[in-house]
Amino acid sequence: MSVDAENVRRIAHLARIAVADDEIEHLKGELNAILAFVEQLSEVDVAGVEPMTSVTPMAMKKREDIVTDGGIADDIVRNAPATQDHYFVVPKVVE
Amino acid sequence: MNVPVPSSAKKKLVPGATGDWEVVIGLEIHAQVTSKAKLFSGASTEFGGAPNSHVSLVDAAMPGMLPVINAECVRQAVRSGLGLNARINLKSVFDRKNYFYPDLPQGYQISQYKQPIVGEGEVNVALPDGSSVTVGIERLHLEQDAGKSLHDQHPTLSYVDLNRSGVALMEIVSKPDLRSSEEARAFLSKVRTILRYLGTCDGDMEKGSLRADVNVSVRRSGDPLGTRCEIKNVNSIRFVGQAIDAEARRQIEILEDGGRIEQETRLFDPDKGETRSMRNKEEAHDYRYFPDPDLLPLELDEAEIERLKAALPELPDAKKARFVRDYGLSAYDADVLAADRETAAFYERVAHGRDSKAAANWVINELTGRLNKEGREIGASPVSAMQLGAILDLIARGTISGKIAKDVFEIVWNEGGDPADIVAARGLRQVTDLGAIEAVVDEIVAANPDKVGEAKANPKLLGWFVGQVMKASGGKANPQAVNDLLKSKLGVG
Repeated sequence: MSVDAENVRRIAHLARIAVADDEIEHLKGELNAILAFVEQLSEVDVAGVEPMTSVTPMAMKKREDIVTDGGIADDIVRNAPATQDHYFVVPKVVE
Repeated sequence: MNVPVPSSAKKKLVPGATGDWEVVIGLEIHAQVTSKAKLFSGASTEFGGAPNSHVSLVDAAMPGMLPVINAECVRQAVRSGLGLNARINLKSVFDRKNYFYPDLPQGYQISQYKQPIVGEGEVNVALPDGSSVTVGIERLHLEQDAGKSLHDQHPTLSYVDLNRSGVALMEIVSKPDLRSSEEARAFLSKVRTILRYLGTCDGDMEKGSLRADVNVSVRRSGDPLGTRCEIKNVNSIRFVGQAIDAEARRQIEILEDGGRIEQETRLFDPDKGETRSMRNKEEAHDYRYFPDPDLLPLELDEAEIERLKAALPELPDAKKARFVRDYGLSAYDADVLAADRETAAFYERVAHGRDSKAAANWVINELTGRLNKEGREIGASPVSAMQLGAILDLIARGTISGKIAKDVFEIVWNEGGDPADIVAARGLRQVTDLGAIEAVVDEIVAANPDKVGEAKANPKLLGWFVGQVMKASGGKANPQAVNDLLKSKLGVG
């Protein structure tokens, strides 16, 4: 499995990262190197082996259905570049 | 994939200019889970809070925050799965569905992809014509809702409120088993009823607690499935029906003109009664699902599922069957009453120890009719089950006629009070004294000699006389006695 220039453009677009044309070749090389590195894993025979999801056997932590949070609208919008009446304000996203 | 045509679908074909078409429909229902706190945070799910007031740092996707699942949301999903006769998966996995939108601060939605919490099931759906269809459930999975964007507050800006961000949703996916807009509407109503019985979703479509994406394709009978279009976010049962009919017409026209259906996402415009392409989502979605590394697999044990199963309430199908069996109701009446859990409970309190069919008529026609007229829920009915029962008792004892009973119902609705006291205090008691009724009958007969002559030739005029006597007695004369007396006086019948 390897990526071409078109794949690199698409991945960059999906991640909303601006990539200039002269960077594509370089990134393509890096991505293919990563894929080749990971590809080594396919040499391991995992037939009949359960996928491991945790190094120590543990169950998913759960909460009870109790309201313990919220009421901090000031904090929530504090880092936002633009706010009004505790709303985040963003450039219009529909025509 | 080729889906066999159910025999019931034969009569549901849509005629086109070049022959009949079969419409194939599947629904994806998004149902907000009833819970106090969100799926992965401790913020409130309450509707209508001040902007960003029901938001935790987890819901706002601040760096370093970790999701911790709400155990009740998991139980609600299991209950819903059981109510849909579906397989519960003892192990399920949460995945990240990646996309960018201003109301999705994480940049991904935590959802379930390959291993949902609930697998295949089926739902029986009764149709208005008395037939029924079985609709397959493909899966039910848990996922996070996104925030809400307001686009109408400013000409060039959108406002984002994250109060809904992270609220638990159940996505219920049907198999493409539906063959008409009518079936789709009935299926959606049935799922809504089941969830409301279970208390796992309030089913309030106006508030957006329940909404549906509708997949529609058309084909010639026996052909493989056609290319489908998905109509997003339809928010009423009526609109689901209209959207399907509009979309099926659109696709049939294109195909009959020799065109091709493009697989795409569309929106339904209720004002124009048509669907249109969502042009701003031109590129195909690539969500790049992968297991969320912040969350271990969700594991359930059989014992807990059994406990939840044992605690389920009686479900609509079982209740309907019991109403037919124990109360002797028609399937239709039983279905109407069982469609809402509170209505069914109200009915049972009224019917207890009384004429069960009369009780059904009163609850379905008078009470529900009046509630719908005023847009009230049965829980807010001004006439209690005890009061309605008392009115039925007065009819059963012959104290009042059915007609007067409707007046008493009106009085109780507007003013409250004990129906027996109202009847006594306002002199509404039915006149069963034959002498008194006879006097009125004689009066009416004497005043209308011409009609008396006609009645001998045309016995249907008897009804007119009965009406006059009832009117003259203020509706209080016993209708049977009036009828009998008139027949003998007029020499008809």
